[in-house]
Amino acid sequence: MRPARLTAIAAATVAAALTAVTGCSQKSAAGGDDVIKVAASDSACEVSRTEFPSGKVQIDVENKGSKVTEVYVLFPDARIVTERENIGPGTKASITAEIKAGDYEIVCKPGMKGDGIAQKVKATGKGGEEKRSPEMDAAVSAYRGYVVTQAEETLPKAQAFADAVKAGDVEAAKKLYAPSRIGWERTEPVAESFGDIDPKVDVREDGLEAGQDLEKDWTGWHRLEKALWVDGKITDREKQLADTLIADLTDWQKKVGQAEITPTSIANGAKELLDEVATGKVTGEEERYSHTDLVDFKANVEGAQQAYELLKPIAVKNDPELVKQLDTQFAALTVLLDKYRADKTTYEFTSYDKVGEPERKELSDGVNALAEPLSKLAAAVTK
Amino acid sequence: MTESDSAAQQPGQDGDGGAPVSGGAPSRRAVLGWGGAGFAIGAAAAGGAVASFGGGSDMVSAAAAGAAVPFHGEHQAGIASAVQDRLHFAAFDVKTKDRGELVELLKEWTVAARLMTAGLPVGDGGFGGLPEAPPDDTGEALGLKASRLTLTIGFGPGLFAKGRFGLEGKRPEALVDLELFPGDNLDPARSGGDLCVQACADDPQVAVHAIRQLARIGFGRTAMRWSQLGFGKTSSTTPDEQTPRNMMGFKDGTRNISGTDRAALDKHVWVGAGDGSDWLTGGSYLVARRIRMNIETWDRTPLQEQEDIFGRDKGEGAPVGKSKERDEPFLKAMKPEAHVRLAHPDTNNGATILRRGYSFTDGTDGLGRLDAGLFFLAYQRDIRKGFVPIQRNLARSDVLNEYIQHVGSAVFAVPPGVRDKDDWWGRTLFG
Repeated sequence: MRPARLTAIAAATVAAALTAVTGCSQKSAAGGDDVIKVAASDSACEVSRTEFPSGKVQIDVENKGSKVTEVYVLFPDARIVTERENIGPGTKASITAEIKAGDYEIVCKPGMKGDGIAQKVKATGKGGEEKRSPEMDAAVSAYRGYVVTQAEETLPKAQAFADAVKAGDVEAAKKLYAPSRIGWERTEPVAESFGDIDPKVDVREDGLEAGQDLEKDWTGWHRLEKALWVDGKITDREKQLADTLIADLTDWQKKVGQAEITPTSIANGAKELLDEVATGKVTGEEERYSHTDLVDFKANVEGAQQAYELLKPIAVKNDPELVKQLDTQFAALTVLLDKYRADKTTYEFTSYDKVGEPERKELSDGVNALAEPLSKLAAAVTK
Repeated sequence: MTESDSAAQQPGQDGDGGAPVSGGAPSRRAVLGWGGAGFAIGAAAAGGAVASFGGGSDMVSAAAAGAAVPFHGEHQAGIASAVQDRLHFAAFDVKTKDRGELVELLKEWTVAARLMTAGLPVGDGGFGGLPEAPPDDTGEALGLKASRLTLTIGFGPGLFAKGRFGLEGKRPEALVDLELFPGDNLDPARSGGDLCVQACADDPQVAVHAIRQLARIGFGRTAMRWSQLGFGKTSSTTPDEQTPRNMMGFKDGTRNISGTDRAALDKHVWVGAGDGSDWLTGGSYLVARRIRMNIETWDRTPLQEQEDIFGRDKGEGAPVGKSKERDEPFLKAMKPEAHVRLAHPDTNNGATILRRGYSFTDGTDGLGRLDAGLFFLAYQRDIRKGFVPIQRNLARSDVLNEYIQHVGSAVFAVPPGVRDKDDWWGRTLFG
C-alpha cells in the first residue's frame, strides 16, 4: 500500500470528475414525458423507450416478477451509472441520474444474481463521452468484471480469517491470513483509488502519520499480522479489529463496481502492481512479520497479467514487439515464482525470510525485466 | 596497485598538439567538426575554448568541459582519450539466452551511446510525449552539455561460455580468469559480469544518466550486477601535464602511458592484428579492481613510513633520492618492498599497463570507517603480460598491502571502436 500517492486509477477519477463539472452546464432535459419505464419480470426487462435526451433522466421501475430484482444503468464498459437494489416483487422504484450522451445498457437482475437481462439504450444530445472503440470497452468491461469478482471472492476468505481471529485460534488465523489478501493484492490499484479504504485495511506500522496512535489508529491486515506472528496472541482488541476489517472490505466490495476505469488506467495499474512488488515485496517489507511476501508477489503478478491479457488485443495491433516481450517476461517471472512453491495449485510459497540475497536479486531482476516493458503498455494502448 | 610507475617509457610527444591521434582522442578540428554537424557543443565551441585533447592537456577549461568527444573511431573512446573527472562504471549480467536479442540490445545501446555522447537525449526525449507513458529519456541530463562523456563497452568471460551464444571459439586466450591473489577478499556481488560499460564525464550527472539509460534499455535482456561511482581520477593519460593524487594523498599516474604515445599504445594497450583474436584487433583488455583502503590506519602512519611504502615523497612526488617528480626513478634506492619499485616495469620484465582509475567513497561502513579507496581500471594488450605479473609481484610483497584490500574484481575484452553510424558495439564479435 502506498499512502499519499495518486494512483493511475485515482487520477482517472479526477479527470472524470472534471469532465462531469463541465457537463453540468448542459441543460437538463428531464420532464414528465421523458420518464423511462422499465417493466421487470423474472425473464424480461422491457424498457418503454430506447432513446432519450441526455441530461437528467428518470427511470421508473416496476417489478412484475416473483423474485427480488435490481436494475442498473451501465456505461458500455460496464461501469455503473446508477443502480437500485432490492426491488421486491410487485413493488415500484424510481431512479434518477445525470446521463450524458452516449450508449448505455439498462440491466435487470431477477434474483439479484448473474449477468441479468440487458437492453441497449441511447442518450442523445451534445457533450457525450469520448467515443471509445468497442475493443476498449470490452477490455474495460472485462476488467471491471475481474475486480468485482476478486472483491466478491475475497470477502468469504477474509471472513474465515476474521472468524479464526475472533475464535482466538492463532494457528488457524495464521494459515488464513495470506489467502485472505490475494484478491485485494490482485486489484490493488483499483482498491487504492478509493483513498479511504486502503489506509484502513492495508497500512503498515510505519505508514501511520505523526499524531496517529498505534493502538487506536492502526487497523487492518498488518495490525493483525503483527498480533499473530509477533505477539502470538489474540486479545479483545484484535477481535474487534477483525470485524472492522470485514466492514471495510465490504465497503470496498460495494465501491469497486463504480471505479472509473479506462484502458490506460488498466495498463498503468498493471505497472503499479509490479511497482508494489519492486518496492514492498522484493524487499520483504510488506509482510515483515508473516514473511508471506511471495503470496502477495504472486497475486500482484496475476493481477497485472490479467490486466495485460485484456489489453493485449489492442496492444498487439499497435506494438506487436512489446506484446512479444511482455509474453516472454510474464512467462519467465511465473516460472521463477514457481520455484518457490512445491504445488502450483496452491498459494503455499516459501517463507520470504528463507529466500537468500542472490535469489532476491534474481526475483528483483525478473520484476525489472517485466516492469520496464509493462510501463510502455499504456502508450501501446493509446496510440 | 595505486602508483604510477608501470609505464616503461617517457610520455611521447607527437609535436603536433592538434593532430588527430589514435584512441578516439579527437583533434581540435574533429571537435569543431562535431559542432558543425549540429551537435550540442554550444558555448564551448562558439567561444573557441575547446579542449586541446590532442595536445595532452588535462587542464580543461570550464567552458571546454562541456565539449563532446567523438564516439566513432578506430578505438573506443574512454581508453587513451583524456581522462575526465568522473566515473560511473557498471557491470551487467546478460539474462537473455537468445543471441539475436543480445545483438539487438547491443545495437540499441550503440544508438543510445551515440546520442548521449553527443549531449542528446535518447529516444523521443525526456518530455513532450504521451502523458500516459513514461518518457524515453529519464531527463536528468537535459540541458547539460556532453561533458566529454565517453562510453566504453567490454565483454566478460561469461559471454564466451560453452552453449550460451555460440562464442566459445571466440574467447581470446588473453582474456584470462584471474587467479586469486594473496590477500584478495573478493565480494562476488562486486565482481565479474558479462558486459561492462565505463562512463566517464566531467559532470557526474551526465555519467550516471548514461548508465541509467543503458540499464533501462537493457532490462529483461540484462540486469545490473554491480556498479561503481568514481571521482578524482587517479591517473591521467596526459601525464606530462598534471598528476592527480589518490586517496592516500600521493600523486598517482606520473608515468602512465600517454594517450598521444602511439608507439606505447600499440605495444602495450591495443590488441594487434596477429594477437590471436581477429575480432578484437584495435580493442584492448580491461581489468577492474575495487581496492578498499584502510583510510584511518593509513592516516595514523608516520610520514616517513608513508613515503617509504610508496618509494616517493609526498609533496613533490619525486622518487627516492631524486628531487623532481618526473626524474627517472632509481629503484635500488627504494626499500625492496616499496610499491613503486615492485610495480615498475623493470621489476616485471617490462610489463606495462594503461591505468585509468578513480577514487571512490561509498559513505561509511557499519563500523564508522570510510568505505573509500581506488577503483582501479587498467587497459592492456594481454592480461597475462600486463596486470597478472605486476599484481603477482605486488600481492606477494608490497608493504602497501597492510593498508589496502582488493574487494572486487572483473576482466573484460574491450572491442575496437564503432566506425560509423551503421556500425555497432560488438559487430566484429557477433556480426
